[in-house]
Amino acid sequence: MMNHHRKRIFTGTSVFAVSALALSACGGSEETTETDAALEEGGTITVWAWEPTLDQVAEAFEAENEGVTVDLVNVGTGDEHYTNLQNAMRAGSGLPDVAQVEYFAIPQYILGESLMDLSEFGAGDYAEGTFSDGPWNAVTFGGEGIYGIPMDSGPIALFYNQDVFDEHDVEVPETWEEYEEAARQFREADDDVYITSDQGDAGQVTTMIWQAGGTPFSTEGTDVTVDLTGDEGTARWAEYWQPFIDDDLIMPVAGWTDEWYQALGDGSIASLTIGAWMPANLESGVPDGAGSWRVAPLPQWEAGESQTSEQGGSSLAIPEGAENAELAYEFMQFAGVDGGVQERLDSGAFPATLEDLQSEDFINREYEYFGNQQINQVLSESAQNVVDGWQYLPFQGYAHSVFNDTVGQAYEGQATLEEGLGDWQDDLTGYGRDQGFDIAE
Amino acid sequence: MTAVAPVVPEGSAVRRRRRVGASRSSTGWAFLGPFMIVFVLVFIAPIIYAIYLSLFRDQLIGGSIFVGLDNYLVAVQDGNFWAGLTRVSLFLAVQVPIMLFLSLLAALALDSGRLYGSNFFRLSIFLPYAVPAVVATLMWGFMYGTRFGLVGNINELFGLGLPNPLSPDLILASIANIVTWEFVGYNMIIFYAALRVISPSLYEAAAIDGASQLRVILHVKLPAIRGALVVAAIFSIIGSFQLFNEPSILSTIAPNAITSSFTPNLYAYNLSFSGGQYNYAAAVAIIMGVITMIIAYAVQLRGMRKDGQP
Repeated sequence: MMNHHRKRIFTGTSVFAVSALALSACGGSEETTETDAALEEGGTITVWAWEPTLDQVAEAFEAENEGVTVDLVNVGTGDEHYTNLQNAMRAGSGLPDVAQVEYFAIPQYILGESLMDLSEFGAGDYAEGTFSDGPWNAVTFGGEGIYGIPMDSGPIALFYNQDVFDEHDVEVPETWEEYEEAARQFREADDDVYITSDQGDAGQVTTMIWQAGGTPFSTEGTDVTVDLTGDEGTARWAEYWQPFIDDDLIMPVAGWTDEWYQALGDGSIASLTIGAWMPANLESGVPDGAGSWRVAPLPQWEAGESQTSEQGGSSLAIPEGAENAELAYEFMQFAGVDGGVQERLDSGAFPATLEDLQSEDFINREYEYFGNQQINQVLSESAQNVVDGWQYLPFQGYAHSVFNDTVGQAYEGQATLEEGLGDWQDDLTGYGRDQGFDIAE
Repeated sequence: MTAVAPVVPEGSAVRRRRRVGASRSSTGWAFLGPFMIVFVLVFIAPIIYAIYLSLFRDQLIGGSIFVGLDNYLVAVQDGNFWAGLTRVSLFLAVQVPIMLFLSLLAALALDSGRLYGSNFFRLSIFLPYAVPAVVATLMWGFMYGTRFGLVGNINELFGLGLPNPLSPDLILASIANIVTWEFVGYNMIIFYAALRVISPSLYEAAAIDGASQLRVILHVKLPAIRGALVVAAIFSIIGSFQLFNEPSILSTIAPNAITSSFTPNLYAYNLSFSGGQYNYAAAVAIIMGVITMIIAYAVQLRGMRKDGQP
């Protein structure tokens, strides 16, 4: 009770202070003044996030700003987190001041008008040259508003086990054609080894379609287009991937499971096309692979190209109705742009900030796990070659949840990928209409 | 109200009697109060709220509108819902009889008194029930793995080609196996407790009549524990219809075999938490609750009627 009361009083004072300043100040950015004032006043903010590197960030922020307390709460990972967030938003109480929101989930909240537009705090300063394009497009959703501060990014690359490639004398593929060849070579060489595993993963598939130049989803206001059957990039991927299922070229094991980690460890999965946040996961989840793994650019559809896409990544956002928005914004700036970024990089996060992506220190860093390879050279390169124009659905979370009901069936031989994508489209258009969108197919 | 003077004189017998009656019943309510408050708060109120929710539709665009019974009309025509219901009904028809038969067998064996180390036997059969369902399912999930799990090891060791227990064709049987493993001990305890209270005089009478062990079981023991059998059957029916933990956890390792509408409960959960369709999920949950109640009640009626026969 006490705390709540104090918070209220505090907000009142800061607004008063700002109006006083606004009267006397000429020019300058009054928004920035407002949040700076919040910083001086101190106070408590609640942050809902599961990103482990934020622990150090919160500590550093508290150390730097006297009187500020950051209450970092892990209310669940992924779906569970969003469930709690959605419940708090619906109830209009118990909201955090800052919430971690993955890029794919942002449109959903923008439409529900449940995230604050950060332009009012001066986030527009970061529109040019601060963040790489992929994450920035995700937090703005192609519109005027800015709904989050990017925290990290996940440009994809080919992570591969050098020892397994060497053992079977397989070349590291540079095009998707070579990749399929390599996949067949592995299967012929050893019955236990696969080039990769796939059991139908929505995040993975959308990433591949994105790289293939597909734009199956697009949203403008409440007009949503779902085109999984006619989109060229989508068809390109489906046609390419079908033989991998038919000819047993991919290990039928779902990602992030115990078996998957074991298969990565014993070399029966030779490679992964996955986001730049993977190194930390490999180091902790696949200790047996130390020294064996390397990173190469993503295979290309045409030789000589260098097109990539993004997988995962999160931003920090302020829910509409948060009590301590000014201070929250200061924290987000610290975590996403200022001093907090280095803290997070040191713990293995992959940045979204151009400055860090291009810094000598970052690019030239050698990783023991990867045989002292300077993997960030490949990953930074990938971050700068992300294909333009990709959009997620404003209900991507739902789309992911029914992916395995539809496209996933193709992995069990119950349908083809093309048919599965058609089913997915039917489900999504039905859901979209129920939710009040104007759906075009 | 109290200011109005009583019309009936103080000394009236009618009045006194009524007052005694009233205070007696209010004492009754006072004793019942704590229970009623909790009952209304945790049972009645959520149900009423769910019914209330089910009459609306909340859209991302357009907000919440009253739709009457629309959600129910959609639900009864929803193929996903019926497929899930058919699946748990199949589960009920196959798994429950097997599980109850095994439990009964174990309970009769324990009760026979001819078992060596019966305490150890009883405890070890009961033990899986003490393992949280989540842990049990994770454990079985590891064992079911055809690559690094127990199934994989057996295949490798004996050169067998056991099919994948997590494939769409076998997943329901694999779940039934987990549930049976978890609940045989629990049901066994119910049956065993019922068997222990049978009066020894019945056995003496049977022995005097020269009844065989099988006859004693069929004509003394089973009729005597019919009540326990009915209770266990009802619990199992409810449990089958509410199947959730096991498929929910296994869906991470068998994402295609266990769809988002694999069981009605899983469907309601995914509707509300992945799709934000709280209202429709409430309607599905209520329909499921009604169906469960009808079937459980029918089983109870049937069990009772037989019980009542001479």
